[in-house]
Amino acid sequence: MRTTRYIIAENIAIEELVWERLALIPDPEIPVISITELGIVHDVRWDGEQLRIIITPTYTGCPAVNLFVAEIRAAMHDLGFDHPVIEILYSPAWSTDRMAPEALEKLRKYGIAPPVKPCGPNGFCAAPEVVPCPSCGSGHTSLRSQFGATACKALYFCNRCNEPFEYFKHF
Amino acid sequence: MDTQQALIRYCLRLGDTNLILGHRLSEMCSRGPMLEEDIALTNIALDHIGQAEVLLNHAAELENCGRTGDDLAYLRPEWEYYNLLLTEQPNVDFAYVIVRQYFIDLWQCLLYDHLRSSNDKILAGLATRFLKETLYHRRHSSSWIVRLGLGTEESLQRLVAAVGGLWKYTGEMFESDEVEQTLSAGGMVPDPGSLRGLWLDAVKSDFEKAAVSMPVSAHFSTGGRAGRHEEHLGHLLAEMQYLPRAFPGAIW
Repeated sequence: MRTTRYIIAENIAIEELVWERLALIPDPEIPVISITELGIVHDVRWDGEQLRIIITPTYTGCPAVNLFVAEIRAAMHDLGFDHPVIEILYSPAWSTDRMAPEALEKLRKYGIAPPVKPCGPNGFCAAPEVVPCPSCGSGHTSLRSQFGATACKALYFCNRCNEPFEYFKHF
Repeated sequence: MDTQQALIRYCLRLGDTNLILGHRLSEMCSRGPMLEEDIALTNIALDHIGQAEVLLNHAAELENCGRTGDDLAYLRPEWEYYNLLLTEQPNVDFAYVIVRQYFIDLWQCLLYDHLRSSNDKILAGLATRFLKETLYHRRHSSSWIVRLGLGTEESLQRLVAAVGGLWKYTGEMFESDEVEQTLSAGGMVPDPGSLRGLWLDAVKSDFEKAAVSMPVSAHFSTGGRAGRHEEHLGHLLAEMQYLPRAFPGAIW
């Protein structure tokens, strides 16, 4: 007969397996980073019978959420979980602080400037003073548009490269 | 009115206000005055529709009578919609779009900021999330107020016309009835009237920067929060609800 301790260890091992699989799912908009690096997977729980995956969307109206859910479902199906419960959690709110440090570097290499912590009061909304160009690193850049191709990005222009680039907004 | 009923109505009012404004903004898709603004307005639309979805789903859960958030959005007639009249006003021109947005952004920033300390943990959590999005909207709309005011004679004239046309709808944001009174007595929502002074101060400060004078008007239109709307809402809903009504249960 299996001991309780053994079962707990087994459940943890299964949760780790799920996390590893989730780490292989790319963000639908920015495929160089995974959904775990993006920080939208809040928790994974396996109680021996039911798998629960709790995700927290970046922006409330982010249309990628449905894609996330579909891709997570497909990945869990591959692992043999046919009916995982996927919950969407709105609080605590997602923030760019949840992103993994290596994700920020991947973003930069992909040509998207990673979030810069703003220095103004009321932190999260004030425009950052300087967003360095992801390509040449120059600070001679200017905001072109506060909004971009997805809810999480703004459009900047590098005055040195003479090229526009996307900026992942601090949020 | 018991707290549960008041909370449902409150979520519908706030959800409807977001949904109708989001839909109005979505009408600007491909009609923005320039590409950046087209993208900005549709991004803002998405945030409002996202907030509406969460609030209407929450209202449906509280109601617990088998209706979903989608049912609330797509199957209610206009007299069961409780959005602010301001949000259903048409996109007359870019100045109207910006001024309408600006008035709402300022108000939502104050409202969400206060709601963060609500006794209702769900409302407080949602407000914390929504505030981040709304502060970003406010930055966009308030900078346009100044740019239009200090731009050309034409932009100033259009800004003044939009302010004049929309001002009478701003009073409704600060009204309260038994819904807000019940909830604010329990520390769940702020007293709407308490936001008015802060809102006016913010408008005054931005209007000074834009060299636009504050409107003087004693008359304010009201009724949206009780389901009494202007003719615009029916037309908007006819378009927004067409598909689910023509093809009940349709899915993508």
